[in-house]
Amino acid sequence: MMSSHDVLFRTLSDPTRRAIFERLCRDGEQTVGALTARAGVSQPAVSKHLGVLKQAGLVRDRHEGRQTHYSAQRDALVPLVDWANQMTGFWQARFDDLEDLLKRMDQ
Amino acid sequence: MNETSAETLSVVVEREFAYPPEKIWRALTQPHLIEEWLMKNDFQPVLDHRFNLRAAWGIVDCKVETIEANRTLAYSWEALGLESLVTWTLTPSGTGTLLRMEQVGFRPEQQQAYQGAKFGWPRFFANLEQLLARTG
Repeated sequence: MMSSHDVLFRTLSDPTRRAIFERLCRDGEQTVGALTARAGVSQPAVSKHLGVLKQAGLVRDRHEGRQTHYSAQRDALVPLVDWANQMTGFWQARFDDLEDLLKRMDQ
Repeated sequence: MNETSAETLSVVVEREFAYPPEKIWRALTQPHLIEEWLMKNDFQPVLDHRFNLRAAWGIVDCKVETIEANRTLAYSWEALGLESLVTWTLTPSGTGTLLRMEQVGFRPEQQQAYQGAKFGWPRFFANLEQLLARTG
């Protein structure tokens, strides 16, 4: 079972998928067709990416007639900010330990 | 000093040490010394060498990406499902050495792999804080 961090990072590590997500963040709700026109990959590929984004909670879909509209779920990004905060704390502590070591190496 | 930038998903920690770069370099590159301040490891100061860092909470998969004695060391850092790049830079200062650590998530190669590059990651992150503030 992957953690929510794992899913989020793996989902966004694909550049095409990340680009689709960014497009939705920037330009708002879009259909698969509209996304495909700008994505540089085929419609089935875009649909597959959207499915992965949806599973990760990064997009939501809305059906209207025969069209499906996708929109970005920005709240799903919070773990990225958490990651940066956690890593900062981690490295601060490591720097403290490194400083201690360097003092001991003096002797 | 530290800064956390959501714009590039990077973490920077810098500190001035009253020691020469050579001494800090040893602490960064000798396995028994690395273990003292970071984690258990099988590091070797060799380009492309793959190694692990092992802690109680898990294992970090790494590979040496850049190595220039007493100046810079970079290794990939894969943990929690994210491959990032950790870069150490040693800069001699008047009284010792400025040590800088930068960890960047979503490595540049991954951005470049997207040929269109219209919707690049940095620009996306430039908006992230606003986005979160707006929806927060």
